[in-house]
Amino acid sequence: MGLRIVHYINQFFAGIGGEEKADLPPELRSGPLGPGRLIQSLLEGRGEVVATLICGDTYFAEHQEEACRHSAELLLTVKPDLLLAGPAFASGRYGLACGEVARLALHELKIPAVAAMHPENPGAQAAVAGAHIVPCGSSAASMKEAVPRLLALGIKLATGADVSPDVDGYLPRGIRKNVTAELPASARALDMLLAKIAGRSFASEVPLPQFDRVPPAPPVPDLRWATVALLTEGGLVPRGNPDRIESSRASRYARYPIGELRAFVPGEFESVHGGYATDHANADPNRLVPLDVARRLEKAGRIGRLHEVYYTTVGNGTSVQKAQSFAREIAAELRAGGVQAAILTAT
Amino acid sequence: MAKELEREGIPTVLLCNIVPIALTVGANRVVPTRGIQYPTGDPSLSREQEEAWRERLLMTALAALETPVNDPTVFPVISGPAGEQWGVKGDSI
Repeated sequence: MGLRIVHYINQFFAGIGGEEKADLPPELRSGPLGPGRLIQSLLEGRGEVVATLICGDTYFAEHQEEACRHSAELLLTVKPDLLLAGPAFASGRYGLACGEVARLALHELKIPAVAAMHPENPGAQAAVAGAHIVPCGSSAASMKEAVPRLLALGIKLATGADVSPDVDGYLPRGIRKNVTAELPASARALDMLLAKIAGRSFASEVPLPQFDRVPPAPPVPDLRWATVALLTEGGLVPRGNPDRIESSRASRYARYPIGELRAFVPGEFESVHGGYATDHANADPNRLVPLDVARRLEKAGRIGRLHEVYYTTVGNGTSVQKAQSFAREIAAELRAGGVQAAILTAT
Repeated sequence: MAKELEREGIPTVLLCNIVPIALTVGANRVVPTRGIQYPTGDPSLSREQEEAWRERLLMTALAALETPVNDPTVFPVISGPAGEQWGVKGDSI
């Protein structure tokens, strides 16, 4: 009888329509559709694409929570052995949906799942959240290479075979597994050092984190006519920490009004950061958020206007993902408030 | 956070002490400061001197926000007497 597979695709690959149909909520159709037919033909008796889960790209992006919940319900009606999603190639909304559905199937429904997309697709971030993502080309021209790899990893996962990013080519998920090495660390380190000295190739056992590059924002030509915001990750809050920002691994940020203030007064503001000695900052909070001088520069006309609130959080063991989500929300608020540039202090 | 703000199109200057980390992570506009615990201060100075230092720091930060960059860039603090060129001196709060 073989594996029972559900295949996730968008409205376009399901043949329902293009952008005009992108508002389609999740629905389930029996049997394979579009690229699912290629999966079916590659299965050769090892299983069957029993159903296709379809959702419009815009619907998924705009109603992510609802789309996930509804998709989960539909998946539970079939209870497949494996979920395959995409390939989404370089399509951002589709990639996001594929990554999320794959993550949801694995983590919430315990169904093995794989998505395929271009490694730079924003949806590939789901790999960090635990989804198995097979990289592929940026356009549907790479369909014929992408689908067999998607299926091959899917079959391995569904049959409980051991997999690894090195062997199976999926994007690293940031998960460490304990293994027994043949040689002690000292010997491996010396081998690596000798290889390095001799100019031979070697692979580090501790890969360095890869940080993406953000294209710099264009400058503000003249801040004399601009609104500038002050921000800090140094944990400066009004005395008593009214929003209870955590002293480490912060789960939140806050904004506090400074429109009426010429400077921070010691005792009225304090730092709740748990990662450095806060005595100096508490003795003069302007050492942490330079309100006094910024206000003076505003009065002197060097800065058009200081934004009416400052933003604060604690950057102490705070996850990159959290910090990114804080900043995205803050950026939206700053733009809505007409802020053109930001000064961020870090401890 | 500096990167995400820049990604959203808001030029952001990061005032911090550990410049290598800021550059490794990829902050685009960095102004080095004098201590982890006081990014815009220097407790070893008198109050007046410290405010002058903070002013130079902020003037550098503002210049960084007004400067186009292609890659993560460090803006060393502008030297010289604080505020003179901007006519800020003497305008106390």
